[in-house]
Amino acid sequence: MHTERGDTELIELVLAGHSSVYAQLVERYQNFVFTLVLRYVKNREDAEEVAQDAFVKAYRSLADFKGTSKFSTWLYTVATTTSLSFLRKKKMDVQSLDNEEVFATADNLDGGLSANQVEQKSKVQLVNEAIALLSADDAQVISLFYKGEQSLEEIARILGKETNAVKVQLHRARTRLKEKMQRHFSAEVRDIY
Amino acid sequence: MNREKENFSHDEADMEDRLWSYLDGQSDEASKIEELLEENNAWKEKYGELLELHTLMKATELEQPSMRFTKNVMDEIARYQIAPATKAYINNKIIWGIGAFFITMIVGFLVYGVSQINWSEGGSTKSPIGVDLGAVDYSKMFNNTLVNAFMMLNVVLGLFLLDRYLNMKRKTLMKPEGQS
Repeated sequence: MHTERGDTELIELVLAGHSSVYAQLVERYQNFVFTLVLRYVKNREDAEEVAQDAFVKAYRSLADFKGTSKFSTWLYTVATTTSLSFLRKKKMDVQSLDNEEVFATADNLDGGLSANQVEQKSKVQLVNEAIALLSADDAQVISLFYKGEQSLEEIARILGKETNAVKVQLHRARTRLKEKMQRHFSAEVRDIY
Repeated sequence: MNREKENFSHDEADMEDRLWSYLDGQSDEASKIEELLEENNAWKEKYGELLELHTLMKATELEQPSMRFTKNVMDEIARYQIAPATKAYINNKIIWGIGAFFITMIVGFLVYGVSQINWSEGGSTKSPIGVDLGAVDYSKMFNNTLVNAFMMLNVVLGLFLLDRYLNMKRKTLMKPEGQS
């Protein structure tokens, strides 16, 4: 019977010289790492490059992973620092909740859709779109908590913050997400609430 | 009127905070919240609202990179080798050696400095240690410019050598496999 190998077992194999096994770790975490990077780097091509870079960096530093945290926590830390370094290098603006251009884009997106198309939009899609309108920090903390299977303590480690600060940030991010949905997708939100 | 409105929004924010903690499984008043949910309609309604958002956030889908993503990463890592663990390339013996060098230098110069003090001026029969520390002439301690300059030079050279050593190690590890 085939059972999926755990991260630790795969890492041990990679460290023992079976570098091709690393592909399994990439397959396992690529979607989340890519999503996480997209929270900072809005351009998909750039985000893919940064996500690849994060995996390469993680591979080269694999011997430094001591197993004191989950591999995913360690990998997301690498992905976050790689994204921030990229932004620093490119001096790109991180799109934020307060960016009026983003609001306008979101409003236009909806405006271009027929009533029927809007109805067809699932609630999940709306939440996804609202998350994209949040600041990178808010979007990241929500993604890590809900999709990255990270506890508040693990998120604190990834972001280099105190656990309580992350808890407050998560609460505020959710409140802002709710406000965002009510402000930009009020017609659709009416169905939700 | 405004105060009532302010109090209401404050209460609502507090309710949301407590409910989010409860939903996250982080609440230390779970039984109290459960009681409120049974008895209070406002709490029940807010809970339903937050629970739906909580469920929707869990249900959001992850973005997917291109189909070639894994292959690109594997092609890229073929150019590199895994760097040895940080602990392995900063040799403890070298760290201790550098530390011992500096401690020896500092202790040596302190002994030298103390030996230069004119203790005879503080000679006193009243003091239990036989020396009146207040009357000792400390002016000769490290008053030699050449000695001070030599000490400073040692410190700067020591730091410079340490920096060179760590930089050299870092560059060696940064080189991709196959490059000498």
